[in-house]
Amino acid sequence: MSRKPFVRPVPATTWYMRNGRYLRYMAREVSSLFIGLYMAGLAMGLMRLAQGPDAWNAYLTALSSPLALVFHVLAFAFATYHATTWFNATPKAMRIRWGDGYVPGPTVVRAHYALWGLVSLVILVLVGVI
Amino acid sequence: MSERTIELEILRYNPATDEAPWYQTYTVPCQEEWVVLDAINYVKDHLDSSLSYRWSCHMAVCGSCGMMINGEPMLSCKAFLRDFGRKIRVEPLSHFPIERDLVVVLDDFMEKLPRVKPYIVRDQEKPIEEGEYKQKPFELYEFKQYSMCINCMLCYAACPQYGLNSEFIGPAALALAHRYNKDSRDEGRDQREEITAAHDGIWECSFVGACSEVCPKAVDPAGAIQQMKLASTMDWYLERLGGVGARVKRSLSSRRTSK
Ligand code: SF4
Ligand code: FES
Repeated sequence: MSRKPFVRPVPATTWYMRNGRYLRYMAREVSSLFIGLYMAGLAMGLMRLAQGPDAWNAYLTALSSPLALVFHVLAFAFATYHATTWFNATPKAMRIRWGDGYVPGPTVVRAHYALWGLVSLVILVLVGVI
Repeated sequence: MSERTIELEILRYNPATDEAPWYQTYTVPCQEEWVVLDAINYVKDHLDSSLSYRWSCHMAVCGSCGMMINGEPMLSCKAFLRDFGRKIRVEPLSHFPIERDLVVVLDDFMEKLPRVKPYIVRDQEKPIEEGEYKQKPFELYEFKQYSMCINCMLCYAACPQYGLNSEFIGPAALALAHRYNKDSRDEGRDQREEITAAHDGIWECSFVGACSEVCPKAVDPAGAIQQMKLASTMDWYLERLGGVGARVKRSLSSRRTSK
């Protein structure tokens, strides 16, 4: 009997709808879009700052519009999701020898959070918030 | 021992008569402690001898009984019926062509596996008189996890990247490459990188992580691939540093004590 293997096509645009695992992955990827948009906004702010006080003040007013506020809340939520998913994934890539084994995964994750906290603190001090 | 009845919905495909696969439902009287494979064996023995599927050990060792069970790649000999409802859908592993019923075509993996040289590569073999290659406990620990693979292909069925691009070397083969790269007796990493760090190797992985979640042997192919990405990135930078880089690379690999 001759062979006739049947190939099931994978839908190229909707494959991630197949299960929750893929959806969570897509959410992580999409979150970087918001981070990218936020960075673009930040770069625009720097440009406005260089253009002088009027431009800068107009930029600040634009930032306090309801639309900008909604965007920033969304961007913050996505940035947090992005950061936590990656932090939680770090032990897979970072194997640090500890005796006859490796530094345990949860310790690696916690170290990342600690470093994040520390860097945030330094920035807050530098900009004079605390 | 209590008994209950389940409905098995199995994807059937006969290359001689079918244009496309179709579902057939069987009503199976089951024992409480049965796994999905037991129910399928019941179908084969008592209801329909034409059903084709693979299995051998019935103890999660041989790696031949992988199937999609309610859409999730699993070893059918390790999937207990009590963890599912009354209706269970069984399909051949995703992302592989169907040979017949639940049997898939594994030629693709068989072709890829030797390309990553899954064996110890030496620049020069040590003469037998000089004795065995010794390893310290940590040197064994470094690769042991990746050597537990039973080639069950659940990770390929779970990997959406492999589903979209079957040229991708894929989780298990890359994890095995990593297993040998990590072996203190091995000197073949540069040779393997020709394949693993090329276009269809580690960089095709976008770290969905599904492979590690479904692996029945806790091999963690996703971890292996991310570690290879780190190592290969380091290599790239060291190569561009000229003499200093080469020295650093040498000293990193000469930390391996038991050459
Ligand atoms: S890595 Fe795990 S899931 Fe993949 S083939 Fe090996 S044992 Fe199976
Ligand atoms: S029958 Fe061997 S792994 Fe399931």
